[in-house]
Amino acid sequence: MTYLSKSPWIIHYDASSCNGCDIEILACLTPMYDVERFGIINTGNPKHADIFVVTGSINEQNREVIQNIYNQMSDPKVVVAVGICACSGGVFRECYNVAGGIDKLIPVDVYVPGCAARPESIIDGIVTALGVLEEKRKNRVSSPTVTDHDHKAHHKHAQGGAQ
Amino acid sequence: MINIVWAIVFVLVAPVVGGLVAGIDRKITAHMQGRVGPSILQPFYDVGKLFEKEQTVVNETQIFYAICYVIFMIFTGALFFAGGDLLLVIFALTLAQIFLVLGAFAANSPYSYVGAERELLQIMAYEPMVILAAVGMFVATKSFNVSDIASTTIPVVLLIPGIFLGFLYVLTIKLRKSPFDISTSHHAHQEIVKGVTTEFSGPSLGLIEITHWYETVLLLGFVYLFFGFNPLIGVAAVIIVYLLEILIDNTNARVRWQFVVKSSWLIAAIVGVVNLAALYFLSGGVR
Repeated sequence: MTYLSKSPWIIHYDASSCNGCDIEILACLTPMYDVERFGIINTGNPKHADIFVVTGSINEQNREVIQNIYNQMSDPKVVVAVGICACSGGVFRECYNVAGGIDKLIPVDVYVPGCAARPESIIDGIVTALGVLEEKRKNRVSSPTVTDHDHKAHHKHAQGGAQ
Repeated sequence: MINIVWAIVFVLVAPVVGGLVAGIDRKITAHMQGRVGPSILQPFYDVGKLFEKEQTVVNETQIFYAICYVIFMIFTGALFFAGGDLLLVIFALTLAQIFLVLGAFAANSPYSYVGAERELLQIMAYEPMVILAAVGMFVATKSFNVSDIASTTIPVVLLIPGIFLGFLYVLTIKLRKSPFDISTSHHAHQEIVKGVTTEFSGPSLGLIEITHWYETVLLLGFVYLFFGFNPLIGVAAVIIVYLLEILIDNTNARVRWQFVVKSSWLIAAIVGVVNLAALYFLSGGVR
């Protein structure tokens, strides 16, 4: 008997998103979609969360924040990248200040594409994440502590974008 | 008289009842908001999940304080249901709450600090009214023992209606319901990240959840004491009071901490003290 997949608590972080995906995530919590019926709660605290939901791409302002949130979450944990910007950088991927999708920084388990991602696909992504979460618990996977030392060493913005 | 059997029953059954009450609470809340809501067993899933998670702590003493919080809450409830001294119950309850505050202060985190300070303010806010409730029950029944108050034939609530209303007012603070959920709250509301529980994670957060179930049962038992003269009315009153708390929770926005302290002291001073004074003089003093 496992309880992890019955009570996934999420933490939502908006990394330079245009707010389109964020509104869709919040729409999941409304009476229309009501994700709480799956036991999903939107916590504001990484220490309580099991699923890290990120929207938007990485830039210089938020890379430390994303790492900090990820490192503070207790195992087992999964990361869901919501929206095309979080998956690959989207239309912003060649911008001078954008490093690309979230997976450039932290391990991402589920990609939910779309611009903006629809609530149905977000819920589908979270439910897929539950399977990954359960697998991680069974195999006792301990997530790495992500750091940014390499980035600090050669600080080249232009490295991001199409490669 | 102290009744050990009831104490044991409390220790074993209270988490089940408390968890179910929390589950029903979430279901009713969801229906009030036009949602389907989670399963009634959801609080048990949540706590089960928390015990499956990794324990990450900033400071090891946090776990010690969390365990002390559980132990003293169980002690408080066991003493109450065994029919012990009501004043001792209230002091033990405060001690349990202080351990939660210490646990929050043990982690050097601004969010946890603010939550702990707000928790202290909450304790300050409800404590006078809770003690007045105990004194009121003493004046009404001439006994501080829970066993005597629960088995009295005197309609306690009719003698101290003001104190009962005042107690309902602070019960909202104790149950961490809006508008008084200033230190931490349930139902995915956020308050300064997560207030006192911010730095607790995994199993220690699970312990705090279980403690909250114990506390809910204890508080509902306290409500029952006002209606001890008739068990049927008593149980009905407990249910109605809890439904009322859910309604208040869902129809009010959170207020500032200044209002919580001021209003609960004002209520304690007006309805509590006036009720107590009236009862004292009408009954010709305590003999």
